[in-house]
Formats: sequence, C-alpha cells, structure tokens
Amino acid sequence: MSAPATDASPTTVREFRLPDLGEGLTESEIVQWHVTEGDTVELNQIIADVETAKAVVELPSPYAGVVVRLHEAAGTVVDVGSPIVSFRIAGEPEAVVRPVPEDEAPARREPNLVGYGAAVEKGGRPQRRSRSTVPAVGAPGPQVPALEATVLPATVLPAQAPAQTRTPTAAPKRTPVPTAALAPGRPLPAVHDGLSEASSQTVVAHADERPRSTPPVRKLARDLGIALEDLAGTGPGALITRADVLAALAGAAGPDAAVLDAAVLDAAVLDASTASVGSPEPARDERSAAATGEIRTPIKGMRKHTAAAMVASAFTAPHVTEFLTIDVTPTMELLAELKGSRAFEGTKVTPLTLVAKAVCIAVARNPTLNSSWDEAAQEIVQYSGVNLGIAAATPRGLLVPNIKGAQGLALVELARALNGLTETARAGRTPPADLAGGTLSITNIGVFGIDAGTPILNPGEAAILAMGAVRSMPWEYQGAVALRSVMTLSLSFDHRLVDGEQGSRFLADVGTILRNPAMVLTMV
Amino acid sequence: MTEDSTQPGAGSDSGSYPQGTAPSGTGGTVHPGPGREGADDLVRLVDHHGVRHPNRHYDALVADVDGAALQKLYEDMVVVRRIDAEATALQRQGELALWPPLLGQEAAQIGSGRALRSDDFVFSSYRENAVAYCRGVDLADILRVWRGNASSGWDPYTINMATPQVIIGAQTLHATGYAMGIINDGADSVAVTYFGDGATSQGDVNEAMVFAASYQAPVIFFCQNNHWAISEPVGLQAHVPIARRAPGFGIPSVRVDGNDVLACLAVTREALARARSGGGPTFIEAVTYRMGPHTTADDPTRYRDANELEDWAARDPLARIATLLDSLGLLGADYSDAVKAKADAVAAELREGCLSMPEPAPSDVFRHVYSEPNSWLERQQDHYERYLASFAPAPQEGTR
Repeated sequence: MSAPATDASPTTVREFRLPDLGEGLTESEIVQWHVTEGDTVELNQIIADVETAKAVVELPSPYAGVVVRLHEAAGTVVDVGSPIVSFRIAGEPEAVVRPVPEDEAPARREPNLVGYGAAVEKGGRPQRRSRSTVPAVGAPGPQVPALEATVLPATVLPAQAPAQTRTPTAAPKRTPVPTAALAPGRPLPAVHDGLSEASSQTVVAHADERPRSTPPVRKLARDLGIALEDLAGTGPGALITRADVLAALAGAAGPDAAVLDAAVLDAAVLDASTASVGSPEPARDERSAAATGEIRTPIKGMRKHTAAAMVASAFTAPHVTEFLTIDVTPTMELLAELKGSRAFEGTKVTPLTLVAKAVCIAVARNPTLNSSWDEAAQEIVQYSGVNLGIAAATPRGLLVPNIKGAQGLALVELARALNGLTETARAGRTPPADLAGGTLSITNIGVFGIDAGTPILNPGEAAILAMGAVRSMPWEYQGAVALRSVMTLSLSFDHRLVDGEQGSRFLADVGTILRNPAMVLTMV
Repeated sequence: MTEDSTQPGAGSDSGSYPQGTAPSGTGGTVHPGPGREGADDLVRLVDHHGVRHPNRHYDALVADVDGAALQKLYEDMVVVRRIDAEATALQRQGELALWPPLLGQEAAQIGSGRALRSDDFVFSSYRENAVAYCRGVDLADILRVWRGNASSGWDPYTINMATPQVIIGAQTLHATGYAMGIINDGADSVAVTYFGDGATSQGDVNEAMVFAASYQAPVIFFCQNNHWAISEPVGLQAHVPIARRAPGFGIPSVRVDGNDVLACLAVTREALARARSGGGPTFIEAVTYRMGPHTTADDPTRYRDANELEDWAARDPLARIATLLDSLGLLGADYSDAVKAKADAVAAELREGCLSMPEPAPSDVFRHVYSEPNSWLERQQDHYERYLASFAPAPQEGTR
C-alpha cells in the first residue's frame, strides 16, 4: 500500500511538503491525520489537523488521488518543507514524478513570528463567556483594557474569586448585575469584564491606589483570580511579590478547591447573580428579572448538544443503576505506595487511576458491559478493546473523551493517559477523535464531594460507573468498628444489553479489586 | 413586521444586532453612553430570516432589483465565498504565503460593489476581494501578491480599482485626493474607499474625512465594521457607533446591515447619487462580521467567544437571500445547479491561474521601480545578473 505505483496505468506520485502555514514559521506539529494510506481523497478534502505556533489549522488536500504514504505520524513535529504525504494521481504522465532532492531541502529558517495574531500562551483560549449585554449606563467610563476578561484555569480558581468571566448560564441580555459579589469586605474582582457599571467604577476608583507589584506578578494574580487589593506586599516598599500571590492562593484554596469544577463555580456565580439587587439603574426588565430570580439563557452550543445526547440516551436505553459501598482503605494504601515508588515518579496517580484499572480488569471478565446496541442493524456490537471514557468538565462544557485501548495499558501508562486526557480537556483542546468511539465511561463525582448518583449513559455505551468521594467512616473491620476509607460506586447500565446478573458481577468485581487489590491475582 | 420599517429587527432577540460596539463580554465595557439608540438604527431590507421588509425611503433605490437581479446578487456572493475558500485552501497547500479571508462580509462587498459605475474608482484594503471581483479583475491577479509573485496584482486603470492597500487606512487619503481630482475634472464619477472598523482609529482616515468634508469631495467612506481589528473588539475603540463619528466631520452617515446585500446596494446607491450631484462625501458603516480569521496566520479562537460566531452564523448573508429566493420560487434546481457550476468553474480557474503563474525572474525586482529608464538602476541590474550568472548551472525551476 505504501509503495509508489508500480502498475502499468499512467500515474504519478506527488509528494506534499509541509508549507509555512503562518508567516515565517519553521515547523508545525501534525495533530491528527484524517486519512490513512490507501484512502482516495478529493481536491481540498481535509486530510490533517496541523498545529503551528499560531493556530491549529486544517490541511486541505492539494490533489485528487490516492494517499500512498503518510511520511510522518500524528504527534510529530515536522520542519516546514519536509514531505508529509504522497499521493498517487491518475492520468498524469510518469515523467512528472517530483521527488525531493536532498539538496533542495529547505534551508533552516530562523523563527520570525511577526505581526499577526494574539500572543497567548498555549491553551490560553477564551472561554465561552457570559451572554449578558448589560451596557454601561451613562457616560462611558475610562477603559481598563488590561483588566479585560482573561482565561482562568479552572484548576486553580480559588473559591471566593468573583469569577464573573465565566457565567455561561447568564441571561442573554438584561442580566442582573452581581453587585452582591462586591459587598464591602468582599475582595474586589481582579478580573473585570464590564458586567456592571458599579464594578467598573469601583475598579476605576481603586485603579489609582493599585497595590505596587510588577507586571508579571499582576498577570499571575489575574490568571489565578487573586485580587491584589487583598494582599499585603512583603517586598521592598510593600511590593507584592510572586511569593505573596502564591501564598494567597495556597491560603484561599482549600483542599477541594483545586478540583472545583467550572460547573460549581458557575452555579455559585449564578446564585450570586440571582441574589443581587440589580444594577444601580436597572431597566424595567432587569428589575423584573431580579424580582423573580429568573435568568433566561438561549439553549445552544455545548449545552444543546449535551442535552440532546442525554435525552437520546435516557429515553432510548432503559437504565438500571446499582450501588456498592466498599472499604477502599487497601486501595488508598496502595495509592500511597505508588506515589512513593520510582516507577510513578512525576506521574499523578489518584483514586481514579486505580478505579480505571479495576474497570478494565473487571470488564475483561464481564465483556457484556463493553458492548453497544445497534438499533438500526438489529445487532449487538461486542467490543474487544476498551475505549475508556472519562467525563470531564471543560471550558466548553461536559465532554467525555476516551482513552483508546485502555485495557492494554499498564497502570503507569493509564495514569499518564488519564492526566493527558484531563489536561487537554481542561485546556479546551480535546480533538474530536478523542470524543468518538468510547465504549465504557467513568464519571468521578467524588471530586465534588458526592457519594453516589444515577449517571446517564454516554450515548451508545452500555455502562457508566460513577465513583463517589473517599470518606473516612466508621466501618466494620476485623470484627470491630474502625475508621476506614469508604467509597460508593454507582453503576448504570443499558438493560437491553446487560442483565442484572452481569451488571452485578461486574460491579462486584470492581468492588473486590478496590477492597483488596491483591485479588487481581485471581482475576487475570 | 413593524410599522416603522426602518426598524425591522426590533424586538427580535436573535435579529437585534449589537450596537455596533462591544459584543457582549468581549472585554470592553464600552457602549454608547448618551442615548442608547443605535441598536436598531440599521437600514435593513432583508432580515436574517429572509423576509423582505418594505422601507419608505430605500425601496425606491432598489426598485429595479427584480427576481433575476436578486439571483445575480446571490450568485455573486456564492462565487466570492468560493473564491475565498479556494484561496484559503491554496494557502494551506503552500501555494500562497498568506490570505485574508472575507467570509461573512460578502453582502457588504457585493452590495456596494455592484452599485458602482465602471468609471468610479475603488481604493480598498486587502480584504475586498469581492469588490475586485465586481470590478472584473482577472482572478489570478487577486492572488499574485499573496503568492509573492509580484509587488502588485493588476493595473489599477484597467478596472478602475487601486491595488489593495496594506497600510491600514492609508487608502482613504488616496480616495479623497482622487475625488478632489474628480472635482477638478468636472466629472461625475465617485471615489469609493473601503476600510474596517479598526482603521477608523488611524489618523489617515480622520484626515481624509476632514479633507473630504472641506472640499465636499465625491468620495464614499465605506466602513465594514466586522467587529474585530485583528484581536481587538470594536467596542474597545468605538464608544459610539462608528457611523456617528462622521457627522462630527460634517459628513452624513448611515448604518446599514452589512449582511443584507440589498440594503448595502441601496445605501451605496444613495451615497453615489449624492456624490454625483455635488452633495459631497458620505460615510457608510456596514455592520457585518468577520467569520474567519484575520488572515490565515491568525487563530481567532484565542480571543473570540464561540457564542459570538454562532450568533453571526445565524445572520449569514447568503442564507437569508437563499431563503428569500426560495420563498419567491426562484431557487429552483436549475438555478442552484448553475450557481454551483459557476462557483466550481471560477474556483478551478482561480486555482489554475495560481498554479500556472510564471515564477518571476530575479531581475524582475528592478522593474517598476521607475517608470522611465534609469542608468544607475540599470547598472545595479547588470551587476546583479552577472553575480547570479556566476552560480552555474542556474536552477531551472524554482521549488517551493
């Protein structure tokens, strides 16, 4: 397949070399191929996603023909001018073959990223913002462009940050202004998105007496959602230092704040909005909206897709949910051991890692859970491999990217895959391929401090496991009551495919592993 | 349908446009301070649902646009969108160094471009490829500069359109100067200059407006407010709708739905008539949206809210005319096929013209420096050619 054409028909093999997709770029990464060797493509058909220093762009095929060779694998960083794909094109004389002579290889160029595009850190994309359009009332105040809405990494937002920048559920217009969030004693918002004239004026009024700090520190504070006004500088002349900001973050963020999800923050902001008394001069609609506590949001984008998927799943697959509460102390001990081991150095291992592994082992013994109901074909599709979906709250909303071939991954590989998946999702950069083809999913509601629930199946999948919080609880242990680490597992499955017996056996297996990881020896 | 036909979109959530300033949450708080009128002061004849709204004033200006003419406008928009897509693909394929897409701005450019007479003269920015199409430009000439093949794409006098100005806003001065020349000639042609919302912050644009008003020059300032000056939202630099600045210069202005090709045609015709009859300059703010990146080297997802793009996709300039044509029974399979065939043919011609463009010779850099022979330059050229000749054998074919 990868050999150039050898048949007698008049064909030509043409190489396509990576072009300079921006202005003055020297290399780009092939994020994903949309074609494989042997595929027939049309002119301008999208064949790959390529990430440059400036953007992720789609590569349209320059030829109509057959892909005979992909020179570089996805994930490779390729120099501009290197061949990346060869096409066989019918109907052209053989003589037109254009290989790349080595001496014509492009001279190495120095990076020269001139001019265009916003300079933003990798992954620093704007999140979907509030749809409120409350204009400033009265004369426009001075602009504070430096304080414009900035991306706040969900993982580091302290709970008390006003977080006005991320209210995807705010009203399409006439949003009640969350002035309550600006009550005396509350920290001033470090991030100002112009939602309210009141906050605008407050910020402006304080702008003159802004605490002393350096621009990098101000940026750090803004990124972390820390209000400099709240900090006492420890540097020379009360200068606020990087250490001060980080110390404030450590103080502000409780143990759970680090994993607080966007949805939780959004809900908190929404509450604040609803409870607020409105802007200083509320329009009539604003008043009435505030009075009834009603905020109307157009249903679109991610929310719409999520809703459609959930409705389709909930009303297509008859759901059964089972619960199992277990003593996971041995698993937590194992976790502590792994964290200290050299093999896992630099790799984050969490209860999710071990649950994911347990699921992979249990599903091998109960393959029915790893299947799909094909209504159209009137067939049950049994998968041999596990594409393990992980429900992730992302800037774009709920996504369930999956780890391909999770059953074949060693624990450390699985841990790395989970970390990669989560980071990519949080940065809002999950490629479509990661979202497709899932066979079984896990949702970690424990990070929110929740014990159990009745999760809805990711459409097309037969099972989803919700893992609850690990709690220290009095529990029966060796004939007495002891304080143990206890977790509840909730498993929903599609009762068309999975009977109570199979679902129960699967859940029991997962529970057995987590209760005593050594029991894996009896299973594999 | 409202009684006051100048406000057809009033009251409709998805139809009401931002006030020409900050789209929500784009980082600025800016909005018109005194007086918040302006939200629905757009001239609009065809709304985003494809519904034709009568308008007491502007209907007469487009009374001649019958079904066939509307079909032609739609075809134009489909074709230029295709040109844009093909050029974008050519850039991704390494055939062009850069391309500034016009996706979303088809109606503003076709509506205004089709209002012009052949003896009018256009001074545009680099995104007005649909205007160039209206002027009858040779398709490959649009790409010549972006391919790095020539310093300018065409002879301005063959189509009465200057080659695109890359210096932001400078072309407004050229247009105003040209229009002052028209007065001296005693002609009744008009200079039309295109620029964006960002350009209105440039000194050149403001100077041009002062001169245009002072001399009552027959020039039209056609501002396509596409909401983004690269990564800066329009609200950052425009606290009031841009069109409202013009009266301060003594120039009448109008805000038009830039995604409504019929309304753009109407307001441009009105401005042309004013200029031809000695009424001086007009400022048109066409409120539209750049649905693509600033250029192919830009990534708008880094600074733009995805909701905003969704909102504007619902106001697509092509979709509304397709709906209107359909409601009139004018979007039959024959017509649609013909439009598609035309777009395909134009795209193929564009691609062929691009790929078959002869590579310039190294010594071509000396051409067009002076219009007349220059001995010092000839000497330089001679030296350069002898220098190149020292690398024997010279490469026969440039590679990319």
